[in-house]
Amino acid sequence: MSALAATTADLSRWQFAITIIYHFLFVPITIGMGLFVAGLQTAWQLTGQERYQRLTAFFGRILLINVALGVVTGIVQEFQFGMNWATYSRYVGDVFGAPLAIEGLVAFFLESVFIGLWVFGAGRLSPRLHLATIWAVALGSILSAYFILAANSWMQHPVGYRIVNGRAEMTSLRAILTQGNLLEAFAHVISAAIVTAGALALAVSAYHLLKKNEVELFGHAARISLVVLLVGGLSVVTWGHFQGQLVSREQPMKMAAAEALFTTEKPASLSLFALGPSQNASGNVVTVPHLLSFLTDWHWYSKIYGVNYWQREYAKDYGPGNYEPIVAVNYWSFRLMTGIGFLLAGWSLLGLWLARRRKLERSRRFLRWSIPLLALPFLANTFGWLLREMGRQPWVVEGLLKTSDAFSHSVSVQAVAFTLVGFILVYTLLAAIEAWLVVYVVKRGPTPPAGEGEQPKQIELGY
Amino acid sequence: MVIADTFVSLRGFWFVVIGVLWAGYLVLEGFDFGVGMLMRLVGHSDAERKAVIGTIEPVWDGNEVWLIVAGGATFAAFPNWYATLFSGYYIVFFLILIALIFRGVAIEYRAKRPEQRWRSAWEAAIVLGGVVPAFLWGLTFANIIHGVPIDAHGEFAGGLTDLFGGYAILGGLASLTLFAFHGAVFLTLRTEGELRRRAKALAIRLVVPAAALVLAIFVWSAADSGEIDGKWLAAAALASIAAVLLTLSLWLLVRNRDGAAFAATALAICSSVAFFFVALYPRVLVSSSKPAYNLTVFSSSSSHHTLALMAIVALVFTPIVLVYQGWTYWVFRARLRGDSLPGGGLPGKAAGRPPS
Ligand code: HDD
Ligand code: HEM
Ligand code: HEM
Repeated sequence: MSALAATTADLSRWQFAITIIYHFLFVPITIGMGLFVAGLQTAWQLTGQERYQRLTAFFGRILLINVALGVVTGIVQEFQFGMNWATYSRYVGDVFGAPLAIEGLVAFFLESVFIGLWVFGAGRLSPRLHLATIWAVALGSILSAYFILAANSWMQHPVGYRIVNGRAEMTSLRAILTQGNLLEAFAHVISAAIVTAGALALAVSAYHLLKKNEVELFGHAARISLVVLLVGGLSVVTWGHFQGQLVSREQPMKMAAAEALFTTEKPASLSLFALGPSQNASGNVVTVPHLLSFLTDWHWYSKIYGVNYWQREYAKDYGPGNYEPIVAVNYWSFRLMTGIGFLLAGWSLLGLWLARRRKLERSRRFLRWSIPLLALPFLANTFGWLLREMGRQPWVVEGLLKTSDAFSHSVSVQAVAFTLVGFILVYTLLAAIEAWLVVYVVKRGPTPPAGEGEQPKQIELGY
Repeated sequence: MVIADTFVSLRGFWFVVIGVLWAGYLVLEGFDFGVGMLMRLVGHSDAERKAVIGTIEPVWDGNEVWLIVAGGATFAAFPNWYATLFSGYYIVFFLILIALIFRGVAIEYRAKRPEQRWRSAWEAAIVLGGVVPAFLWGLTFANIIHGVPIDAHGEFAGGLTDLFGGYAILGGLASLTLFAFHGAVFLTLRTEGELRRRAKALAIRLVVPAAALVLAIFVWSAADSGEIDGKWLAAAALASIAAVLLTLSLWLLVRNRDGAAFAATALAICSSVAFFFVALYPRVLVSSSKPAYNLTVFSSSSSHHTLALMAIVALVFTPIVLVYQGWTYWVFRARLRGDSLPGGGLPGKAAGRPPS
């Protein structure tokens, strides 16, 4: 490959990575907050208590600001496969296009049409129907995650295909839509979205509790958020563990790199902390004997193959070349993600303990720390994707197509450089505006309660 | 043999499906673009602009999904078409994306803050977010059928200037005015009072340029092809139908039959899209380098299995989507004026509240 083409490929990778990570800042909020708000509105419907109505509208406004950016950045992702990864698109379209098209038809229509109905339909639909619209939105976003992950899981672990005339052709849609890699990732991603929503709602409630605004309302909201965070946290850790076991069977190189395990060990120790793992040395400082063996397949004495072994195996199967992902990236993204998972689950337990002892509203330290903690789920999400996507390198489709062969040959370096800079500028601007707007809406707080004898207002989302 | 025959029909079927998806997209988002472009001309005060945007606010997102599905369906059914088109028209698609990004965010964020500067900035984004894609979609379609350099590997082999020829620019102008007209008719249908009067006046002024530009592109295309076979006769018929429908729409508008006038412009857009796809078939991208390098439904499609399976998916889910999306338009059918709630919510009616 010429140097110019290599630059095009690299810039395309940067562009894809930046735009998808950006898209995935909003996606977990849409999924998690969508469920959260739907739950609040259901509580209102069932109990008729005004506090649920006010919380629905308040968190609903935050959800909507976020959805706007999730939607517009999603379109970029869909176009980008063709724009920057034309060779890839030709190669996988027969297989990969199907879940993507189904996603649009089945999930995005549901989500987008019903969100309009939810926002503006409050005065025109019966309360039950109006409640159904937010559940349709939540369902749509969950379905969209499922189908896009089906496409992505196929890249991690291709199933249900055959190679004809140098491209992949689908032989079984069922295999693609039910493979383990997809189901585990789906459970983990939805759990991660619930964690994200729990942390967001907690941070917002903590802010108002610190300001002593509506202490009763936000004390209640904080308790709900803590339960959500706990459920999501336990779930994300559990599914993450099973996903890790599956990946170590399906993509052993990825997990070996994630453990900075270079030489095969029997039994294998788990590295807890290493100083700068590089491409050939783990730099281990703290290890726990046997633990990696146990975590990988529940046996204390099993043999775990290292990066060097898989490099030799790959070279045997696919010809000479470097098949190692960047070990440090895998190692640290994995450690940081799991660390955050345990930390957040622990944090929610601490909060619930404070709540049980009726101290939550007055625990200023806990509340103060709950605000910056909001960054953690976003970081964990990003690290998780870095592990999944960069851990797959050099493949774009594991074992079938290399990333370096997948880009668009007809697009010039200048063009990609131009769009890369363009996206960075536009996305930075929009991120700043969105963050500022969310802060504004959060600070303004919920709409005041209805006065004596007044009818409670309808859910006011827009203005 | 039977397999081979159904394969031919399946490719034809998917070509039609993609045509239908584009027609749906251009009809629906076409008026969103038009409303955006004309927003400041029709809405003079802040409340009026809010009402103008209110006509599309609850529905624009669902309309845009037609584009996502058109793109996804092309990817699934004709991967080579998708790959060459999107990589070849790289910068054009980038500009469309940026315009759509700002437009979508603007519609959602404009009313979130009271400051005049904030609102004006987003209004500018809504106007440009209508003008730019409306022009570039026409340009793209014109290029597809007129041809751009495509090499023996089916890859785009030209530069940026190859995408901005005279024919393409004419195509862009045609779609720009057509969508402006379509949007004006939509606004006439969806507003009342002063807003409706202004929208109607704009529509009447726009219809002649829109029809003229659309006809001009038809004539140029026919002259271009130099063929008079059955296909071109059908295409010419569709083009004439579009022109007749535009005239009809004006006639209906003058008689205050807003709904029928809107139906006529929507059908005019459908028959223009149909004209395009009929004239294109069986090609999907025309190569100006050499006819042998054209991409066709045969050279760019997915496998028999994928096409058949996806056909079932499409046939099951499309009617469902049409029902609930159509229902949304029914829910939001009330006309808006300078002082009503967005989306046609009834002021003062406190619903959305659980039964006590
Ligand atoms: C709040 C976010 C969050 C948290 C706390 C965790 N994860 Fe995670 N993780 C994700 C969010 C995430 C993610 C962003 O959702 C990923 C990226 C791809 C995927 O399927 O989920 C992911 C990927 C991912 C992968 C990569 C799978 C692959 O390459 O296919 C593994 C092995 C784990 N996770 C394991 C864990 C474990 C063992 C955790 C806790 C002990 C954990 N994750 C916490
Ligand atoms: C939203 C979550 C996702 C994130 C954060 C993410 C992250 C990334 C990153 C960081 C890269 C660059 C890898 C590198 O530079 O080495 C990448 C590449 C890529 N990912 Fe993902 N990804 C996500 C989801 C997906 C999904 C769902 C798909 C497919 C449907 C996908 C398809 C690709 C492709 C085609 C590339 C380009 C080739 C490459 O550089 O590896 N990604 N992604
Ligand atoms: C590279 C792969 C991806 C592509 C091509 C893609 C495509 C899209 C598109 C086109 C939209 C806009 C839909 C609309 O207009 O309503 C969107 C939004 C969305 N996407 Fe993605 N997406 C990708 C990655 C992901 C991943 C990995 C997930 C979840 C795990 C996800 C979940 C969502 C959700 C929930 C939305 C709803 C809009 C929102 O965020 O508010 N996407 N995506």
